[in-house]
Amino acid sequence: MGKLGLDPEVVRRARELAVRAGQPVVDLARSHTTVSVERAVLRLAGVRGADSDGIPWVNRLVDAVRADVGLGHGVAVPVFHALAAEGLADVTVLAQKAAAGAVRFGVPEKKGEVTAARRAARRAANAGLKVVDRRRAERERLIRRWGDAPRRPWIYLIVATGDIYEDIPQAQAAARAGADVIAVIRSTGQSLLDYVPEGATREGFAGTYATQENFRLMRAALDETSRELGRYVRLTNYASGLCMPEIAALAGLERLDMMLNDSMYGILFRDINPIRTFVDQRFSRQVHARAGIIINTGEDNYLTTADAVEAAHTVTVSQLLNEFFAHEAGLADWQLGLGHAFEINPEVPESFRLELAHALLARELFPDAPLKWMPPTKHMTGDVFRGNLLDGFFNLVGALTGQGILLVGMMTEAVVTPWLSDRDIALQNVRYVLSGAGNLHEDFVPAPGGFIQGRAHEVLGEAVGLLERVVEDGLLNAIADGTFGIMKRPADRGKGLDGVARHEPGYYNPVTEALES
Amino acid sequence: MTIVRPYGDTTGDGMVQVSFTLPLVHDKRAEGAAVQLANKMGLDPAMLVHAKPMGEGFTFFVVYGRVNHLVDTDEVQVVERDFPLLSAKEINAVIKRKLRRRLTVVGACIGTDAHTVGIDAILNLKGIAGEKGLESYRELAVTNMGAQVSVPELVETARAQKADAVLVSQVVTQRDAHLLNTRAMSAAFREAMPAGRRPLLIVGGPRFDELMAADLGVDRIFSRGTTPREVASYLVHALVGSPS
Repeated sequence: MGKLGLDPEVVRRARELAVRAGQPVVDLARSHTTVSVERAVLRLAGVRGADSDGIPWVNRLVDAVRADVGLGHGVAVPVFHALAAEGLADVTVLAQKAAAGAVRFGVPEKKGEVTAARRAARRAANAGLKVVDRRRAERERLIRRWGDAPRRPWIYLIVATGDIYEDIPQAQAAARAGADVIAVIRSTGQSLLDYVPEGATREGFAGTYATQENFRLMRAALDETSRELGRYVRLTNYASGLCMPEIAALAGLERLDMMLNDSMYGILFRDINPIRTFVDQRFSRQVHARAGIIINTGEDNYLTTADAVEAAHTVTVSQLLNEFFAHEAGLADWQLGLGHAFEINPEVPESFRLELAHALLARELFPDAPLKWMPPTKHMTGDVFRGNLLDGFFNLVGALTGQGILLVGMMTEAVVTPWLSDRDIALQNVRYVLSGAGNLHEDFVPAPGGFIQGRAHEVLGEAVGLLERVVEDGLLNAIADGTFGIMKRPADRGKGLDGVARHEPGYYNPVTEALES
Repeated sequence: MTIVRPYGDTTGDGMVQVSFTLPLVHDKRAEGAAVQLANKMGLDPAMLVHAKPMGEGFTFFVVYGRVNHLVDTDEVQVVERDFPLLSAKEINAVIKRKLRRRLTVVGACIGTDAHTVGIDAILNLKGIAGEKGLESYRELAVTNMGAQVSVPELVETARAQKADAVLVSQVVTQRDAHLLNTRAMSAAFREAMPAGRRPLLIVGGPRFDELMAADLGVDRIFSRGTTPREVASYLVHALVGSPS
């Protein structure tokens, strides 16, 4: 029995509405593909590396296939048909020849040729998925061998220097100082790049590029530190932006443990085309499900643009939608790091009680999900003393409501990228609260019919009301009207639309086939 | 009085508090080093009140002490608001009466900066700090191009919209990206349009120095805490003239 006395009938209704709102978008995702989905297929099928300008061979190959036959058949059949016709064994070599204009792609007419191309594509894609499976088993084995994080919430710290070789010692130091999860923030701008950069990178703006080699280097360094500390330290990156499906695949291949992966973030905050996002989302979530990766959703962002009290129910609605999309894609509850944040203006009377009500509502609606609890950013003013106090109250809400993943708040938020001392003070704050009050949730029961219960019921009620309107309007129209995070995003606008194609009859994608079997 | 000193608990005591980290293992020597730094910073006497080892080979210090520097408030240079702050109603009325058309504003985050929080706070209907954004002004025609807009795109849009003013927001400051981007932007406008036809160029962001407008080639810089009404009042002041 929960602490909020939520009406199970209302909760059931909310979930049912989320399914009805989300299903048309799933249908849309199942009938379309994107350049990035097709590039992810080729990455899993073994295409590696980049040309001398740094453009990955998967981009060159998908562009070549698209120029000849379009994207609607999927690239697998044209590529593997051409591979056989050219008498080649290596798909990367085919990509290089195709980039030089030496290969013509087509969809074979003979049924036997189609079957042969599908068989070859399936074999290549399955080899990639087998690596993903091995990485997942490896993670489970290392956690058994070294031990897991000592407690919930997991303590989540960010590094972001722009240089992977600077990030590594910082990440190792953060892990030694107590972090259970390290997130490497991406360079601003990567979300709108329509290719994944290659190799180890040493230059970035306010973050480090997500590349396969950077993933590999950081995971290896954290393995070393995990062994030394006797606990498995998790690594996080971002499967978002125009290359979300490819980055999900790379994360699976390099044993990343958590990925930021929100169903609507790219649409609302990066102005990426809604259809592109939903198609890429579904594929990337299927990959995460297979790879045993925990996703983190981005509801905290709504509260940084809209008012955190007025918009509280949009967070609940988004969490319910994210849950539906995640389950539909095969993710289990333990993989759902649904997001929310401590962003109410501290000048608002009863702000702390409101935060408690909202956080507890998320906890009770999603009892088996490791919720991701995000610290204050919007009302961090540069007054670092007040900021440290706010972070302490944020940590207390985290402890009182059993959050699964706690992103450590920095008192210097909005002032500088965190200094060594900022991180140390922030961790001291977390340790104090968790050791002094970590089990307070056992005693904390909001009064029946009191302020906290009342507020939680109110927010859930508003969420149901909004979901009813979304079901009536259609989710794409609701997004176009600015329902979430006050940004208006029509379905026929936004970046990356030209990389979307409707499936032609006979569309074939060996990865989707394997993930849905 | 134009000469002041820092205030701890007594007028003229000159007391300040600083904290910093030294790349030293915490021991007596490290504490001595912290006091030496404080002395060189002008804290004399310096009281080391807290020292704590951090990570491997670092120590964090908090130091209180007296500084003997004097501050002359007559020598302080700042940009004071040199235009009247108008209400939304006054702003719309002046534009309508004097300009006789809507005033056109184009806004964007340029370069790789993806943080639209600043430009959105000023432009979006929602606004900030209880003030609605420029989109809410009847007599302002606002185009918000969003994030990661290239400079050529911005110039083209400004030209196509016949923009009276261009607002650029820059939040990311790593490697001085905000300064480089702003200079590139103002240079592009100078190159693309003759002096009389150029829109008013305004940049904003939390880390800008408001004194650098001329250096960056823009007409005005707005720093942290700026509200939409201040920007709108400035637009009226610079482009339309006084309300009376």
